[in-house]
Amino acid sequence: MTEWETVIGLEVHSELATKTKLFCGCRNAFGDEPNVNICPTCIGLPGALPVLNEQAVELAMRIGASLHCDIRPSEFSRKNYFYPDQAKDYQISQYDLPLNVDGWLDLPDGFRVGVTRAHMEEDTGKLTHVGASGRINAADHALVDYNRSGVPLVEIVSEPDMRTSAQARAYASELRGILVATGASDGRMEEGSMRVDANVSVRPAGSREFGTRCEIKNLNSLRSLGRAIDYEVARQIALLESGGVVAQETRHWDESAGRTEALRSKEEANDYRYFPEPDLVPLAPDAAWQDRVRGSLGPMPADRRAVLVAALGGDPSAAEVDQINAVVDLGLDGLVNAASDAGAPAALALVRAANEVAAQSEAGLRLDAAAFASLLTMEAGGTLSATQSKAVLGALLERGGGDPAAVAKEMGFEAMAAGSLAAVVDEVVAANPGEWARFLDGDDKLMGFFTGKVMEATAKKANGKDVAAELRRRRG
Amino acid sequence: MTTAVSLAAEVRSGARSARDVTDEALAAVAANDDRFHTFLDVMEDEARAQADAVDAAVAAGRDPGPLAGVPVALKDNLCTRGFATTCGSRILEGWRPPYDATVVEVLRRAGAVAVGKTNMDEFAMGSSTENSAFGPTRNPRCTEKVPGGSSGGSAAAVAAGFAPLGLGSDTGGSIRQPAALCGVVGMKPTYGRVSRYGLVAFASSLDQIGPFATTVEDAALLYDAIAGHDPMDSTSLPSTPEPTLPGIGKGVEGMRIGLCRDLVDGCAADVAARVQEAADALAAAGAKVEEVSVPEFSYGLSAYYLIAPAEASSNLARYDGVRYGLRVDGADVEAMNTATRTAGFGAEVKRRVMLGTYALSAGYYDAYYAQAQRVRTLVMQAFDRAYQSYDVLLGATAPTTAFDLGAKVDDPMAMYMNDVCTIPSNLSGHPAISVPFGTGEDGLPVGVQVLAPALGEAMLFRVARVVEAHAP
Repeated sequence: MTEWETVIGLEVHSELATKTKLFCGCRNAFGDEPNVNICPTCIGLPGALPVLNEQAVELAMRIGASLHCDIRPSEFSRKNYFYPDQAKDYQISQYDLPLNVDGWLDLPDGFRVGVTRAHMEEDTGKLTHVGASGRINAADHALVDYNRSGVPLVEIVSEPDMRTSAQARAYASELRGILVATGASDGRMEEGSMRVDANVSVRPAGSREFGTRCEIKNLNSLRSLGRAIDYEVARQIALLESGGVVAQETRHWDESAGRTEALRSKEEANDYRYFPEPDLVPLAPDAAWQDRVRGSLGPMPADRRAVLVAALGGDPSAAEVDQINAVVDLGLDGLVNAASDAGAPAALALVRAANEVAAQSEAGLRLDAAAFASLLTMEAGGTLSATQSKAVLGALLERGGGDPAAVAKEMGFEAMAAGSLAAVVDEVVAANPGEWARFLDGDDKLMGFFTGKVMEATAKKANGKDVAAELRRRRG
Repeated sequence: MTTAVSLAAEVRSGARSARDVTDEALAAVAANDDRFHTFLDVMEDEARAQADAVDAAVAAGRDPGPLAGVPVALKDNLCTRGFATTCGSRILEGWRPPYDATVVEVLRRAGAVAVGKTNMDEFAMGSSTENSAFGPTRNPRCTEKVPGGSSGGSAAAVAAGFAPLGLGSDTGGSIRQPAALCGVVGMKPTYGRVSRYGLVAFASSLDQIGPFATTVEDAALLYDAIAGHDPMDSTSLPSTPEPTLPGIGKGVEGMRIGLCRDLVDGCAADVAARVQEAADALAAAGAKVEEVSVPEFSYGLSAYYLIAPAEASSNLARYDGVRYGLRVDGADVEAMNTATRTAGFGAEVKRRVMLGTYALSAGYYDAYYAQAQRVRTLVMQAFDRAYQSYDVLLGATAPTTAFDLGAKVDDPMAMYMNDVCTIPSNLSGHPAISVPFGTGEDGLPVGVQVLAPALGEAMLFRVARVVEAHAP
């Protein structure tokens, strides 16, 4: 029985978060009414010409620099093919002379993936097929929205270095973090601002030849990416083991059916007839510009993870590693660092950020770091119980701010006076003499019973740890 | 006919109203253009409104611009806002651009009055204006003859006296060759000197807008108005052009002029004789004239007929029936694209789109397109060598005088040979001008061509002015 090795390379398209489109002054915005952000250039009117957007070049260079690429003198070419969403029936893209080449990206576990190139190109418009099947040739008609036409993209092509779907997911996730960190993109896969295509092949373990690859499209989430690769690997292995051959083709991931399907081979047979775009001049950012870009890059996700690890004392548990990844991925590490700097325990800040805050990450990004820090300090100091602290945190997130002490007071979470807890315990013991006798005899299961009774009697104002301590003290 | 220079002076001084000049031009077109078919569409209302605006500026004491009240004929591949722009093609019939070409806007600000859109070979592909989907233009010097092309409508409109100035576009000689055949001045500026924004592209790396006029001075006046940087065109040169009109009369004393054998020897004897006379006249005027050979020019035509169709095949892809212009329905998108393009494009356009598609195809790119680009580089280097010894070069514009309508329509190679003398300047991006210089044995105009290095427009006009002054 042959053992198989999987080979994966990813092509990631990222829309750039520029104010305007790549070759004209139209707004680059998602979700507007169809065909409002258009002009002669981006709908390909006769006579209109492209002018390169400097901000897009800057962002593309930021991506290249953060992926350790060489930034090279480059040029644009025309990729010729007919399609209704392609306003000029050619796409302006970088072909044989891309802006960024020969870089790499390290996965959080240290595995290094080569980056072949990261080049600039323009996006197409968006087609909506109106009709039964959703396929362009069977629809009654199609509507085209050119708002996206000419939106700047960077296509980041990896080397075929990945061997598992988990690595592919980690790569896409890490790349997304880098794109967001550079300010080049919002990294939203669901809105299509980051789109991932996977090149997948298998080969007998130990072989140095690549197997025939298939390119999988329509991967709209990291989960789809992982599922699609796993499906495709199984499909190719089954095919090869049954004596078949893998055809080099583009396959479409059907998320609901959970399988990849071959696209019509006709769409494959394109000869794009690339040639240098005569309407644009070569693009060769000078050394000063490159230095400025490299010098202005902020910390990358890997750097930010290292900061959290250090705050935790340098030896995070497996659960904490996951929390660190999640917090950095969501951009909540600033919150954790601020709380830790203000004296709150880093581990507590991390777990709260990775759970309660992450659950509402939109609100979490707006959460006031000082308020977060003071809340956790109260919890750590015993003024609030964990349950109370979480409730206050929920209120702060929901309200978009506030003073945690005031919110706690408003919710009735005042720390109880030292004597009053004893009085409540007295009452609870008196009301449940049988259970108390068993507890004193060593039935530890009743610890929870009495704690619950005390909490009930104090409307949860009591600190659970204090209650337990009082009960133990009485048992002696 | 009154020149643009004196017409503008009259309007600026208030001696004549722009409205009067415009009405006269419109009346002449209405009365006589059915004989020539130089215009596809006349901009009557727009012209009168612009003339009135110029007159209002004069009356208010504001500067109405250097071209105040001067009628200008626009080739129909220049976008005019709200006014049909067809490029001589069925596929754009009825399309009204939502924007003005930069040159159209610049002319309006200069006070010029655009009087109409002129006939042309479809998408500027041709040398006789017979490839227009809307019927040919006839040469005003002899209506049995073609006016040349592709800017034959603008050349003929100026030759017929409908407008003292015209704009054309020159991709392989499309301004200079019709200028020669119609007996007017036609000039192609340095590539990038005049904005291409709003010029419907034929071959982007070769296309350049330029002036037609009855005199060299008028051509310089129009050139000075349209030359300059345009941020909307990435290939537009950033430098500010030097005005050419002020120094136009400086003569050629001491100038080194190369009579380029390669731009004369293949021409008809009567044409070659005229070029020799022009060279003699320049020598008599004080220039040092020598014969020079630039053999690389002979490869220009072949390179051009790969590069231009290759770019055109891509530029013309957008006429797919989806967004504007003609749409012929089909069972699916592909069938609609095919039906639209089959019905909308004429034979010459289809021929060049196919040639260009082939030249760019996988497996052929290196042998054709890439090889043509290498030849283009050789032509540029040959020019550079020649300009080490000469300030300008001299040759014929077209190999013959105007030929009969229909004479070459069935022989594309014979038609393509018309551009053999003009193509080298397009490949190099250098400026060149055609100046009328007498007639051939048939009594039809002959054009002499002056070629200059990049940004040599001022020198070009100076030499052209001397050639013009000595024309028989």
